[in-house]
Amino acid sequence: MDRRVTFNHRFLPYFLLAPQVAVTLVFFVWPAGQALFQSTLIEDPFGLSSEFVFLDNFAFVLSDPLYVDSIIVTAIFSVSVAAVALLVALFLAAKADSVISGKLIYRTLLVWPYAVAPAIAGVLFLFMFSPRVGVLSSALTALGVDWNYLLNGNQAMMLVIGASAWKQISYNFLFFLAGMQAMPRSLLEAAAIDGAGPTRRFWTITFPLLMPITFFLLVINMIFAFFETFGVIEAVTQGGPAGATNILVYKVFRDGFVGLDFGSSAAQSVILMAIVISLTVLQFRYVEKKVTY
Amino acid sequence: MAEVIIQDATKSYGNTQVIHGLNCTIDHGEFAVIVGPSGCGKSTLLRMIAGLERVTGGTISIGGEVMNEREPKDRNIAMVFQNYALYPHMTVRANMSYGLRIAKLPKPEIERRVQEAARILQLADFLDRRPGQLSGGQRQRVAMGRAIVRDPAVFLFDEPLSNLDAKLRVQMRIEIRRLHNSLDTTSVYVTHDQVEAMTLADRLIVMNGGNAEQIGTPLEVYEHPATTFVAGFIGSPPMNFVTGQVGNGGTSVTLHDGLQVAVSDDTLAAMAGQTVTLGVRPEHLQLAASPEGAMPMTVDLVEALGADILAYGQVGQEQVIARLPHDAAVKIGDRIHLSFAASQVHLFDATSGARLSP
Ligand SMILES: Nc1ncnc2c1ncn2[C@@H]1O[C@H](COP(=O)(O)OP(=O)(O)OP(=O)(O)O)[C@@H](O)[C@H]1O
Ligand SMILES: [Mg+2]
Repeated sequence: MDRRVTFNHRFLPYFLLAPQVAVTLVFFVWPAGQALFQSTLIEDPFGLSSEFVFLDNFAFVLSDPLYVDSIIVTAIFSVSVAAVALLVALFLAAKADSVISGKLIYRTLLVWPYAVAPAIAGVLFLFMFSPRVGVLSSALTALGVDWNYLLNGNQAMMLVIGASAWKQISYNFLFFLAGMQAMPRSLLEAAAIDGAGPTRRFWTITFPLLMPITFFLLVINMIFAFFETFGVIEAVTQGGPAGATNILVYKVFRDGFVGLDFGSSAAQSVILMAIVISLTVLQFRYVEKKVTY
Repeated sequence: MAEVIIQDATKSYGNTQVIHGLNCTIDHGEFAVIVGPSGCGKSTLLRMIAGLERVTGGTISIGGEVMNEREPKDRNIAMVFQNYALYPHMTVRANMSYGLRIAKLPKPEIERRVQEAARILQLADFLDRRPGQLSGGQRQRVAMGRAIVRDPAVFLFDEPLSNLDAKLRVQMRIEIRRLHNSLDTTSVYVTHDQVEAMTLADRLIVMNGGNAEQIGTPLEVYEHPATTFVAGFIGSPPMNFVTGQVGNGGTSVTLHDGLQVAVSDDTLAAMAGQTVTLGVRPEHLQLAASPEGAMPMTVDLVEALGADILAYGQVGQEQVIARLPHDAAVKIGDRIHLSFAASQVHLFDATSGARLSP
């Protein structure tokens, strides 16, 4: 079937594309270009003059031990967020798929967190886990846990991972559930006749068939963890304690807008951009081939 | 030995009953075909035998053991689904061996069985392909292969050929029957195609609205349909029905237009004056030598099938089809006279549709 649309007017297609192109130019290409340009400059502390330094900013950033720490923190953070969000969503979707009554209520409730902005999610977790007034932190203390994420870097990390993943679970859940419900029942019935119990059916039939969806979600979750979790970090830990949750995107903000080191901040965001682009390309190139049927 | 015995089986979804107390015995080695219109409960019955649907009432037993509470895997059955239900992410070999690997059979034994099934089904060249790389007919074979390797006592088929084109369907039909003959198993086969049903079955189970209307050999069902439903469903084109009144003494039936049809049926003696449905198959109608005592019909459509022709027309209020020799000179608009032998007439109760003729 030929899906091509033909226009009678020469300029109509360009006109129709214009808004999207304008948005991309203004909100992506221009800032990205700015960042690229900025990253080769050094400004004086008062912002009165700038000097072209070529790749000096990059050399400076990459040789900074704090930056290397931040890369490690980011790697742990984003892998954990993606893993927690995917696993919990998969589990919930499998349960929701087998629920007979009250399906709609269950599903609706599970989707709600997605409507919550990351910063708000962060504040919610902040209230629940605040060492002095948090409901859950007093529960943890009662259980004998020495809970104070303001001092303990690992606890702070777990908290921001939890808050970020919590939000992403809903999104993943919707995709997993849709994938499971689109799967022909007869496949699982055939497996049941072949002698596979529910657990084995899930891991040998359902899960492999969800791989394309899982892969897509993995990419989305990683990008989410890299960029959009800024609000969570800002609301809960501000990168602390002692840089334990200082992920790259947050460091870009701190160094640029708080530290006012624009050159370094721009260089960092260019590196960040490069990391995410190459991660995504890598994933699509090598992983996707293995998961489509 | 694996005979399948269904006793008073019922199935309800909530308050709606879809199978109403069905009884049937399928002997060991028999090829039973369940046939009926869409929605009559064929798949439901088959899935009850497979254990994929719970039995609401009654019992289903296989090989003398009641199966009601058994898991599908413990029933010694294999099933071929309409959409084949092949695992798309596994190779043909992995598809066929999935159940055997779960049963933890020794590797050489699994390989032997897969090779054997692949040989029977001519799949040897495709063992390392995925289902997505196979044609419809080949996928169908893989589905059969997956059933064969399990070495089951009972094969269950749910419309396995309905996704194939007409030619392949005939070919696969023959292969399935051959396979059944060579394997010493019992088969239960669901279809809504009455040609498939007639050609495959040792025992035909004609279902309608959740009931078994008639169970018998294809020939029995064809020659002695138990109800007007069965008579109309089995045979193509379907049996012609006209209503009439039983005459005095029960030796004739008078049709609308006053035509008297002689019937040789002593059960009718007590029914003088009552309304009955008279059925004659299209292939049992002939052009009458003289209009005397024959059924007049004005032809409104002629279909030439090659070997013979079908003449359509009205008799009284009812549409009648006659299958005539290919050289019969019949055109649209002709007024023809049709006759039939008294022995070819089927009489049914006009209200219940139950057979009156012996
Ligand atoms: N899960 C269900 N819930 C409620 N009713 C159902 C369910 N499954 C089937 N039915 C009903 O049971 C009846 C029999 O369905 P079944 O699938 O057995 O029909 P069938 O004879 O196989 O038809 P077809 O030839 O179209 O496959 C139908 O009227 C259907 O609507
Ligand atoms: Mg069906």
